[in-house]
Amino acid sequence: MSMTLKKPHHVAHHFASEAQEFESARLGMWIFLVQELLFFGALFVVYAIFRWWHPETFMEAHQYLSWKWGAFNTVVLIASSFTMVMAVRSAQVNQRKSLISYLSLTLIFAGVFLGVKYIEYMEKIHHGFLPGSFFSAQGVSEYLHLFFGIYFTMTGLHGLHILVGMALIVWLLIRSFRGEFHSEYYTPLEMVGLYWHFVDLVWIFLFPLLYLIG
Amino acid sequence: MSQVPLNYLNATKGLKSWLFTLDHKRIGIMYLMFIAISFGLGGFFALALRLELLNPKELLFTAKQYNQLFTLHGAVMVFLFIVPSIPASLGNFLLPLQLGAKDVAFPRLNLASLYIYVFGGLFCVYSMFSGAVDTGWTFYTPYSIDTSTSVISMTLGAFILGFSSILTGVNFIVTIHKMRAPGMTWFRMPLMVWSLYATAIIQVLATPVLAITLLLLILERTMGIGIFNPALGGDPVLFQHFFWFYSHPAVYIMILPAMGVISELVTAFCRKNIFGYKLVAFSSLAIAIISFFVWGHHLFVSGQSDYAAMIFSLLTYLVAIPSAVKVFNWIATMYRGSIQIKAPFLYFLAFLFLFSIGGFTGIMLGALSLDVHLHDTYFVVAHFHYVMMGGTVMAFIGGLHYWWPKMFGRMYSEFWAFIAWAFVMVGFNMVFFTQFILGAKGMPRRYYSYLDQFQPLHAFSTFGSWVMAVGFILMAFYLMDSLLNGKKAPDNPWGALTLEWQTQSPPLTENFIETPVVTRGPYDFGQEKRS
Repeated sequence: MSMTLKKPHHVAHHFASEAQEFESARLGMWIFLVQELLFFGALFVVYAIFRWWHPETFMEAHQYLSWKWGAFNTVVLIASSFTMVMAVRSAQVNQRKSLISYLSLTLIFAGVFLGVKYIEYMEKIHHGFLPGSFFSAQGVSEYLHLFFGIYFTMTGLHGLHILVGMALIVWLLIRSFRGEFHSEYYTPLEMVGLYWHFVDLVWIFLFPLLYLIG
Repeated sequence: MSQVPLNYLNATKGLKSWLFTLDHKRIGIMYLMFIAISFGLGGFFALALRLELLNPKELLFTAKQYNQLFTLHGAVMVFLFIVPSIPASLGNFLLPLQLGAKDVAFPRLNLASLYIYVFGGLFCVYSMFSGAVDTGWTFYTPYSIDTSTSVISMTLGAFILGFSSILTGVNFIVTIHKMRAPGMTWFRMPLMVWSLYATAIIQVLATPVLAITLLLLILERTMGIGIFNPALGGDPVLFQHFFWFYSHPAVYIMILPAMGVISELVTAFCRKNIFGYKLVAFSSLAIAIISFFVWGHHLFVSGQSDYAAMIFSLLTYLVAIPSAVKVFNWIATMYRGSIQIKAPFLYFLAFLFLFSIGGFTGIMLGALSLDVHLHDTYFVVAHFHYVMMGGTVMAFIGGLHYWWPKMFGRMYSEFWAFIAWAFVMVGFNMVFFTQFILGAKGMPRRYYSYLDQFQPLHAFSTFGSWVMAVGFILMAFYLMDSLLNGKKAPDNPWGALTLEWQTQSPPLTENFIETPVVTRGPYDFGQEKRS
């Protein structure tokens, strides 16, 4: 018996083997992500239609967004995806300490992302760049309120996904402290990892589409 | 020392053992209960609005109350009853049994989906008491942005119910891929499983689009984001596109599981292998795929381009092919079968007859020129009730009778089942066949008053609704009675070959004493002994 705090994993009663359990979870997660794709997909369709109708509005509106903050956040999220991968890897090679530090880093990156988003939102709200009927800023184009409706809906829903991801990472951290993840069992890490990369990927599309028009 | 063998119903006792159960069978039974209550509620609204239509002028309700009634009837029947009906109740109960598994892949997620369903249902009920919504269940903008009735709570309810549906879909797909018993190859799966698989694909791919659409509608009402509001530069037709991108495939979420039930019924009561197993299986997938490309036929008069309308019309016709493949295969299955006329088979016949009428009139409505005349008339109402009620509800009830002995270990009364079937069948045709005629004569849907000349037909339709109600009330009574006084059911009362009949009635908590090893197809009648 080793002295490490490794908790053995028990396969749920209705599965025949660990492999069946792991593969089921992975397939389930992928199907769930397909669902997420359709969820965001509809918003991208809205974006495409309104940009097609009002290209000049989108050209003007993107100038009111700070591409520097956007680029910074893109780098932050890509870094967080990397630390997430490393966290899964650490569990696979039984390095609990580095697992915990990589998860913590991912959590910090996510927090930084939301912090920057908060600064950006505050600035928009301050200048009246608000969705729909709350829009009060001065602009040339007639339909700026539509752009900011789309901007807040898309980034807001994305931010909500980040928040859910952070809660999941906290849950993973607690379980990591208990030594539940190791080379024989790391299913939840892998699943949250998939989710996290998806959320990252959504931002990689949002950034150029909203900030880098023209 | 009790005589009753241990089964999933009596294995553990107390309310808590049900509220926290992870057993797919118990979850299925709880779903069944809520779905039955929803059906009763939706039916009550239907009776109320038929009553109003007895008279050409105002009778019991004002115009606004009438609008609220048909909206609630539609919303309850669609979101709370028919979308979850077969998959969540019968499907949940049967899927692991038919695959030879102990449970679905994610039992906790399964229980979560039930709670999400109840939670969403509470929002819908709240909406009824807080200025019931009057937009029609389709929530078309811009009216749904402006009306003073409680749109938000109802759409939020539907939004939440959508997640319940998505989670069931994810669970079923994984279960079918990963949980099959040894020897259960894809082509040895019962056709019910194939149709649940096709249904789950639509649930996962279409429902999120409804979710985002309803969310945008809520944002429209709270923040005026303007995407669907023409006054703010938005596009109300875009709402219709988004809404039907979900809601047309959703029609197949409703009918595909019914087709699965029908395949089980016809083979069991004809004691014969299904005619063309693979074609019936693949036609489910074909329907699922085509279903995503036909939504535009709801917008023939909404101002979409003529070319789009032509293509959507053509694609709509395509759905008829896999549907007809199924119908003809079921008929061919009966040929030279050894037919037993039991209640489930009666509902199979009802389905075949009514669904065919519903399908044919669907083709008529898919024709551009005819649709312009019939659009938004009672003809459309009659068409989708023939498919949804004549198809899905008949199959659901047929399946309920078929699996009743397995679920509760009791036999229902064949005599009363026949009487109730006759009432439902006669009543249904009185209500809805009349509406084909009304619609063709130009009676528009969703009006609480009408021209005097339509009164005889409207009155006949209303009388039919009472006949049908008698049938359903009878059914509720004899089914409840069977739980207390019914004859004890044998393990396999119908002599069917699918796996759920090879275990005891009601099944054990773990379904089978030993994981079954499958060596033959699900309907190999006459070859049982050889295996």
